[in-house]
Amino acid sequence: MCNQTVCLVAAELERQGIATVAIQLLREIALHARPPRALVVPFRHGHPLGEPDRPEGQRAVLEAALRMLEDRALRPPALLDYSA
Amino acid sequence: MGDFSEFSLKTRLFLKAYRWRRIDPVPWTPLLKPLASCRVALVSSAGFVLPGQEPFDEMKRGGDSSFREIPSAVEPGTLVDAHRSESFDHSAMLRDPNLAFPIDRLRELRDSGRIGHVNHRHFSFMGSLTATGRLVAETAPAAAKLLAQDGVDVALLVPV
Repeated sequence: MCNQTVCLVAAELERQGIATVAIQLLREIALHARPPRALVVPFRHGHPLGEPDRPEGQRAVLEAALRMLEDRALRPPALLDYSA
Repeated sequence: MGDFSEFSLKTRLFLKAYRWRRIDPVPWTPLLKPLASCRVALVSSAGFVLPGQEPFDEMKRGGDSSFREIPSAVEPGTLVDAHRSESFDHSAMLRDPNLAFPIDRLRELRDSGRIGHVNHRHFSFMGSLTATGRLVAETAPAAAKLLAQDGVDVALLVPV
């Protein structure tokens, strides 16, 4: 349900003029919910940015999210599969 | 990636029957300036609250769609897990709250100049919501309005 919740909040943020990236743990839900920008990560529930105490891995996921924001070729709903 | 097979049979059956929301039309805000000058906020659905903050109501039917304000200066180790779901392992985010509320990573991005500013506040939801009507009609728009008033350009959303 967490995946859907952040998708719905992302939509409201975008309506208020804030660009968003929603990290997603379930590709199927992201495809159905259609947040404006979804970064689907290959991690288990409870591990949205990878592993605990691995800041370099967490940074890499956030960097991928930032690159989505900079990608002017993306159109809504944009979905990208993250690979480390 | 996460998979439905991670869940119990009871949860899988519920999720299969659940009527998931679909965002239509899909809103879109393009990034109009360099990230190095953008103000960034976090929205986490990990159910974190500050010590002393009212926890999310675990008994609320359909889930508690309210949100908590988390100040930028928070020490992540002080965050309290108030997420009601038993469908995921909480131990990793308890060990390292940055996993679901990456405030230290955001500070690093600011310090390196990759982003311009870390907003002075961020928002925490308890993502285990089966009834999303109030979220869509009230609490998500309220949170979005507050961040827009702050001049936030970018929000990064993290589920668990």
